[in-house]
Amino acid sequence: MQGLKVAVRSLLAIFLGKVILLFARFVTAPRALWSGIEPIPRQRVYFANHTSNGDFVLIWTVLPMALRSRTRPVAALDYWLTSRLRAFIGRDVFNAVLIDRRPESRAEDPVSQMVAALNDGFSLILFPEGGRNSGDLALLPFKSGLYHLAKHRPEVDLVPVWISNLNHVMPKGQIIPVPLICTLTFGAPLHVDANETKDAFLTRSSESLLALSRLEEGT
Amino acid sequence: MTAPHLLWLLGGVAAILIVATLIGQALRLRFAPDGTNPVIENLNARIAAWWGMVALLSIAFLAGRAGVVILFALLSFAALREFLSLTVKHSADHWSLAAGFFVILPLQYWLIWTDWYGLYSIFVPVYAFLLLPVVSALRGTTKHFLVRVAETQWALMLCIFCISHVPALLSLEISGFEGRNVILIAWMIFVVQLSDVLQYVWGKLIGRTKVAPNLSPSKTWEGFVGGTLSATLIGTSLWWMTPFSLLEAAGMCLVITMMGFFGGLVMSAIKRDKGVKDWGHMIAGHGGFIDRLDSVIFAAPIFFHLTRFWWTV
Repeated sequence: MQGLKVAVRSLLAIFLGKVILLFARFVTAPRALWSGIEPIPRQRVYFANHTSNGDFVLIWTVLPMALRSRTRPVAALDYWLTSRLRAFIGRDVFNAVLIDRRPESRAEDPVSQMVAALNDGFSLILFPEGGRNSGDLALLPFKSGLYHLAKHRPEVDLVPVWISNLNHVMPKGQIIPVPLICTLTFGAPLHVDANETKDAFLTRSSESLLALSRLEEGT
Repeated sequence: MTAPHLLWLLGGVAAILIVATLIGQALRLRFAPDGTNPVIENLNARIAAWWGMVALLSIAFLAGRAGVVILFALLSFAALREFLSLTVKHSADHWSLAAGFFVILPLQYWLIWTDWYGLYSIFVPVYAFLLLPVVSALRGTTKHFLVRVAETQWALMLCIFCISHVPALLSLEISGFEGRNVILIAWMIFVVQLSDVLQYVWGKLIGRTKVAPNLSPSKTWEGFVGGTLSATLIGTSLWWMTPFSLLEAAGMCLVITMMGFFGGLVMSAIKRDKGVKDWGHMIAGHGGFIDRLDSVIFAAPIFFHLTRFWWTV
């Protein structure tokens, strides 16, 4: 009986995953531009600008199937565990690494959760701005998580991904998406230098992401 | 009544595509069997995509009125998505943009479906034009307001209003032509697209003088004249399946191929302005949906109204 329940649950997760993929393609017709890196099965941390809750869905959508099943998004526990449906989507469909953004209430350290996922061989999708950016700035200052990951696992590729237009598809607080084409530009991978400071590394990674946004505008 | 003429036209297109496929493969074998010549590779990608587009159109034609209306509603959706991806917008426009996709587009096609000519011919140019900016205005910021509403209105006019005039051809009542209106659509699209293809071919073969160098490097006077004239010639030779006489068909061909050319020019100007080479990426070798539809967008409403004015009862 228990086995049947697990099987139904995972089938449902696969089905819902397909529905979400189809919906994402219908609304945003996402296009991946691999500019400086190829979609090959290497362990990576994809880090991207964050303007909407659909961000990681889009990265997940444009990754080839073989890579997608080995890639876990890092998402906020305080958002994804607020309802049963969200929890099912977050845990079962996307297999998200759920981290608690509130230092006072959390049971686990986000960095060690992410490192544990990397140690299990997964790639990660990370939004280093920490929260959704709904202002006029192109990018908010990065949180330090990316740096700590780079320090713990220096051999893993850190891949900047610039997502364009999604902020218009679904501005913060809106429920109905406007169908617009989104482009995802994957840039050359970064690694932390042995004696690079945290601030220097975060600035460098942030600039590599902004450089992709200008590249995308130029095409 | 419909079937034989439509099937002959589709059969003719299939024959053209078979010849084109053979030529494309021969060029590839002769000049760059390893696939290193970008022009030949693009040509073959375009021909392959043409097979898909013709198959899709054929299915819609054979499915009848519902098939045609649904197909063009979907094309409007895809075109609108491409166009609005490039326009100036603000989060204050969210509701008016969503209304474009989910209210105005379905309503326009519902009006086409129910054949409400009095409303579908003014719905976007009058009601959407006046009411949609109100939604944006009520929601705050005035920054770039005129640019935002004007670009959105252009998107609605081109991608919904103009494209919907293709299925609208189905409801024209032409005496002696009852039940065969799908031929009007097939013939118009055939002539306009053939003109595009032949302009490309003539341009590649003998094109020298550019029409508008800062607009499009591939549009030449030789290509334009050769393409529109040869497409007019071929379209005219099919006059017997249309409601037009030989001379009328020739005049109609000339008008729609010219409009198609103008459509290409105007849409290229918009692409240049927005700094993109193609409207999208969904049709391999061609670019986006609008890259393929630009000529039809400009030709369809004119073809519709000329036919309606002079030939309907």
